[in-house]
Amino acid sequence: MSFTRRILMVGTAMALGIAGAMAQAFPTKPITMIVPFAAGGPTDTIARIVGEHMSRTLGQTVVIENVAGAGGTTGITRAARSAADGYTIMMGHMGTHGAAPGLYPKLAYDPQKDFTPIGLAAGTPIVIVTRKDLPVKDLKEFMEYAKKNEKTINQAHAGSGSVSHITCILLNEMMKVDPTPIPYQGTGPALNDLVSGKVDYMCDQIVSVQGQVAGGGVRGLAIATPSRSPSLPNVPTTLEAGLSMFQVSAWNAVFAPKDIPADVAKKLQDALVKAVTDPATKTKLEGLGGVVPDAQRASPEALATLVKTENDRWVPLLSRKVKQ
Amino acid sequence: MELIANLGHGFAIAVTPTNILLCLIGALVGTLIGVLPGIGPIATIAMLLPITYKLDPTGALIMLAGIYYGAQYGGSTTAILVNLPGESSSVVTAIDGHQMAKKGKAGTALAIAAIGSFIAGTFGTILVAALGKPLTQVAQAFGPADYFSLMVLGLVCAIVLASGSVLKAIAMIFLGLLLSTVGTDLETGEQRMTFGYLPLADGIEFVTLAMGMFGFAEILRNLEAQSSRDIVSQKVTNLMPTRDDLKEAAPAVARGTLLGSILGILPGGGAVLAAFGAYTLEKKISKKPQEFGKGAIRGVAGPESANNAAAQTSFIPLLTLGIPPNAVMAVMVGAMTIHGIVPGPQIMTKQPDLFWGLIASMWIGNLMLVIINLPLVGLWVRLLRVPYRMLFPAILFFCAIGVYSINNQPFDVVLTAFFGLTGYLLIKLGFEPAPMLVAFVLGKIMEEKLRQAMLLSRGDPFTFVNFDRHPISTVLIIVSAVLLILAITPALRKKRNEVFVED
Repeated sequence: MSFTRRILMVGTAMALGIAGAMAQAFPTKPITMIVPFAAGGPTDTIARIVGEHMSRTLGQTVVIENVAGAGGTTGITRAARSAADGYTIMMGHMGTHGAAPGLYPKLAYDPQKDFTPIGLAAGTPIVIVTRKDLPVKDLKEFMEYAKKNEKTINQAHAGSGSVSHITCILLNEMMKVDPTPIPYQGTGPALNDLVSGKVDYMCDQIVSVQGQVAGGGVRGLAIATPSRSPSLPNVPTTLEAGLSMFQVSAWNAVFAPKDIPADVAKKLQDALVKAVTDPATKTKLEGLGGVVPDAQRASPEALATLVKTENDRWVPLLSRKVKQ
Repeated sequence: MELIANLGHGFAIAVTPTNILLCLIGALVGTLIGVLPGIGPIATIAMLLPITYKLDPTGALIMLAGIYYGAQYGGSTTAILVNLPGESSSVVTAIDGHQMAKKGKAGTALAIAAIGSFIAGTFGTILVAALGKPLTQVAQAFGPADYFSLMVLGLVCAIVLASGSVLKAIAMIFLGLLLSTVGTDLETGEQRMTFGYLPLADGIEFVTLAMGMFGFAEILRNLEAQSSRDIVSQKVTNLMPTRDDLKEAAPAVARGTLLGSILGILPGGGAVLAAFGAYTLEKKISKKPQEFGKGAIRGVAGPESANNAAAQTSFIPLLTLGIPPNAVMAVMVGAMTIHGIVPGPQIMTKQPDLFWGLIASMWIGNLMLVIINLPLVGLWVRLLRVPYRMLFPAILFFCAIGVYSINNQPFDVVLTAFFGLTGYLLIKLGFEPAPMLVAFVLGKIMEEKLRQAMLLSRGDPFTFVNFDRHPISTVLIIVSAVLLILAITPALRKKRNEVFVED
């Protein structure tokens, strides 16, 4: 046993040594990008678009590996523990790197310490949507209505710890409303019951709801960004609608395990910035309703700051609201 | 008339050489992964997504859809030949299909499955084209309370129709329900019955359970009785169904198609409920119920038609609302968004090429599948002649790959092995795995819907029988109650025992 373990350790050390020596040539084999959510979701879609462009810059395929589970923390835990050679990177997100410490007391990683930030990929703004026959015209009226009907109003969300869950916790806190949250297994079923009017409102990423808003299945009350989205030009911002404090975007960002060689990190960072600033990629991401960062906001320093401010915002709120 | 014009437009798009080729590739890949145990359409579609980046969106979706319904065809093959349901919807096919194979009628079972699937697929496609919009309304009428009651009805059917001891069947149903509650609590995020073990946090995968309970356990059981299968494989007689077989199966195909088309529209457990419901129905109305579980052709024809009809009509919520009803469709939504198509109610009007092209290609794909699958029947049956010392390791190998590919998690393979041992013990003790698997699948949806219904009614348990608010639910509960009473009346129990004594 101990002999085997020693061999393994020697092997790992050799592999690390080789990886260090070969950093100049990085990458010499395909890179795995762990996406901590199921294929087809918003984070997965963004990862595939960005990964495809990064492949072209790096000259090696960026392979997407979906490791879903526990609000994305399963995949991130695994990615955090993989070899720090740059061949395993991950698409982290507002939930896994911003809110998770407030949701999972036994979280196996520290978002601020256990990663090498590579850069921001794209954020998808949050939209407040209601059933189409709710008797309110705009966000102001909705806030009054929600307050008055606090006992009977139902708010759907896509499951404990999901973006739609935690962003609506923030919204309810700001509206000072305590509705009955109805949990669903994912955005699809939640949206389905919102379209058929069985629940009253929910918060979710623009990419998931824009089709329904545009098609009239649900009503979009406000988008939680400073400016309107070209994907939903008729939906006012929370600034215009009178709840300026509610500014939330489900950001997605690339991280690597901590302590990867600096030159490897640099290559990955450059490839990412090149991807998000490429006009074609940018158009694709914006088609999803995504907000694409400029080179400065896509920098690793900006990402490190973002993780910290997001932890400061979510962890106290969620520790109080979710774990009681 | 507009429908014919629209379908004409769709066929014009679907029969371009590129799209025909993509449809064929999809159907072939789907058949292949359906045949390989454990490798499901979700993992495959996710893996093939990068290839579709370069295609136009209609072609990409035609190919991905082909994989989805192709897998429904292929999934029945392993269920029949080696008692290994690769998809949740082919669990019931394994019951009688494998018995037919044991009797040397594997070819007949496979051919009936293919023909039934084709007829069901054709009908389902027409339904999607003609009544997609109004049928969406039906699906929308189903709220959490109604779903819960539908699942109750499903469980009651599982009790009524299980073979052997009623008590053992009920015990297996509860075991299935219990296993379905492993994982993270939907509402509180608390972990339940995971022993603090992270890989269990998202619950047990259906494939893990099914591969273990059916695949691994079946292999263990066969190792014990080494000679029996060799005899089976030698007496393979006719490959194609006889006129009598077709006559026997035809009404079951028709009923299965109808039932599957209706249940397929409902998001979530539609296809499973369809296959299972069709089996229940066939057994109930059959004049020779004692044949079920021992190789009844209707026990294959009904559920196989139902699950394929459901596979077609499950596109309705995706195409008319843009809301994916299951995980496979969710990946297809991902494929659409990557191509810049926003899924939503406006797809039909804004993307008529995609909408009608896809529908037309679904029929072409089904036609291809029946043409591909019928000649393959002979080949598949010959697989049964492969010596066990080669076949078994091969099955275990593919199972392990398949199980691993779901979450890329080695632990799942270990869990499958564990379920294999458990399944073997249970079979030895006379407990059947099928009711447990059905309860496991229904249990997940049932719990979610129960909690939503209770939250929405603010904890009123009578919400399910409140006719004014939930008429569908009320009717379903009444039907369930009547069935349950029938099940416990002595006369029926006696009959049921005749029907379900297993060898």
